[in-house]
Amino acid sequence: MVSLLSEKKETMRDVFGETLLELSKEDEKVYVVDGDLANSTKIDGVALKNPDKFLQMGIAEQNMLSVCSGLATTGLQPWTVTFAAFMSKRAIDQIQVQIAQPRLNVKMFGAYSGLLTGLTGKTHQALEDIAIFRSLANMTVLAPADSVEVKKMMEFAHTYDGPVYVRLARDPYPVIFDEDYDFKIGKAVSLKEGTDLTIISTGTQTSRAIEAAETLEKEGLSIAVLHMPTIKPLDNEAIVQAAEKTGVIVTTEEHSIYGGLGSAVAEVLVEEKPVPMLRVGVKDRNSESAPNEELLDKFEIAPKHIITTVKEALRKK
Amino acid sequence: MTLSTEELTKKATQARRQIIETVHYAGAGHVGGPMSAIDLLIYLYFKEMNIDPSNPRGEDRDRFVLSKGHSAIGLYSVLALRGFMPVEELKTFDALNSRLQAHPDMNTLPGLDMSTGSLGQGISAAVGIALGAKLQKKYFRTYCIIGDGESQEGQVWEAADIAPKYKLDNLVVILDYNKLQQFGWNAEEGNRKIPVNEPQTRWEAFGWNVITIDGHNFNEIEAAFKLAKEVKGKPTIIIANTVKGKGVSFMENEFLWHSRVPTDEELHDALTELSVEG
Repeated sequence: MVSLLSEKKETMRDVFGETLLELSKEDEKVYVVDGDLANSTKIDGVALKNPDKFLQMGIAEQNMLSVCSGLATTGLQPWTVTFAAFMSKRAIDQIQVQIAQPRLNVKMFGAYSGLLTGLTGKTHQALEDIAIFRSLANMTVLAPADSVEVKKMMEFAHTYDGPVYVRLARDPYPVIFDEDYDFKIGKAVSLKEGTDLTIISTGTQTSRAIEAAETLEKEGLSIAVLHMPTIKPLDNEAIVQAAEKTGVIVTTEEHSIYGGLGSAVAEVLVEEKPVPMLRVGVKDRNSESAPNEELLDKFEIAPKHIITTVKEALRKK
Repeated sequence: MTLSTEELTKKATQARRQIIETVHYAGAGHVGGPMSAIDLLIYLYFKEMNIDPSNPRGEDRDRFVLSKGHSAIGLYSVLALRGFMPVEELKTFDALNSRLQAHPDMNTLPGLDMSTGSLGQGISAAVGIALGAKLQKKYFRTYCIIGDGESQEGQVWEAADIAPKYKLDNLVVILDYNKLQQFGWNAEEGNRKIPVNEPQTRWEAFGWNVITIDGHNFNEIEAAFKLAKEVKGKPTIIIANTVKGKGVSFMENEFLWHSRVPTDEELHDALTELSVEG
């Protein structure tokens, strides 16, 4: 069996920075707004190679997001990026009042989302951003699984007139999608067919879901993987179909189990097609700094935890 | 528009009457702050700003952001007088489905250039609007009124720090310095502590062109806006010394009138004082 995960790994933030540089050159309306993290978030290329399109707002996220709203009212398309932790918690009132509610054309990127943020720990990890952003009316919430999908989502965001939040990851991930992959807003992506159980995953956790499903395949289980790149608007139909087909669901995300993908899927299933389901995500606890593998292990979101949870869920079928 | 000081004063009195009538009618709203800011709003909308009520979203119009969004009824009152909506519509203030939300909603009422109400945010948006104009070489100007209580919000100073870095000489912020806030701190002899001390020193330190005036004197207001246009390379803040509740003796300098609703008798007394005759 050939793995869906290619040997090739790419880093989302690198592709994000390169793509944004091109966009800023191609479209006079595109401006890049930084909160003094350009060399972490990889938009430093814009500062160096297209400095007229680079706006430094300093270490002041609340002002930065409100400035973006003002820029958008003048017809510009600001693209702003900071760590997902700061975007989702430090500036969320500004985002709600001045970007989401008035539906302004601001593109927001949460870099360093999830648990794996490069030995930075509790203050820099973002385990609540999906929950927070998806509770805002008018908001579109995206979580790419690899660098190809980052690029496709950026193409979508560029043509879409309204607020978009995209969560990015810091470290390299296996490339899953071909260059001709067609990202469709609000549509789930069936990465692997299966009849025993469906794992619904999003963002970086999709790689781990694939790894788990392929391992289980070798043990004789037929596990589907349904990748959910759009958290909002959610593809309810695909979730219901998966429930009808396999009768049991496991969700997984590099995010708190509260309010994220698992909660969103549970909301759909309870209302439209109740079937047994379990969630793999960070449980109700505070996170900490540590190397990636040790964090995945301690906070129980590694492929082995998905495997254990799948087996437990199958017993409920 | 070329209105005399006398005509502006009449407009301001009319606007103050409308504020008190509306808050009384709606049974909710703010009084003190709108009354202190009203002369500034009247001057902006009747003399200073390049705006057209028949084309409220014109691309080259000057922009206005009411950062102290809780003074919305003051702004609505002036917008109605200026012809952005019928004066009669003020009666819908705070009502279900009204365009006149308790705090300004840019999506509902044409003429509002930004949604505000959560303090500290409007000034940053005004910085963004002025920056957007500069970047696109557009010549409209951006005006923003902030409160002195609002100046306790850290975001005000984040915005204060950024605007000079981008040399936003197309931005004029006006501080409605009425020296009272909703509750604040007790001070000696039944007074209240001033919400923000030494604003002049602070704003100068941030690199702004600072002009201090009497915010109820139309000649001083006019001179300040004129001066603001002449200063290049940095943003201007006009520190307008104002009186909270200005225009009605029993409301003036009384913090409890921040958001009190007048009784029928108080309404009568206030309107008597705010006579538009003579």
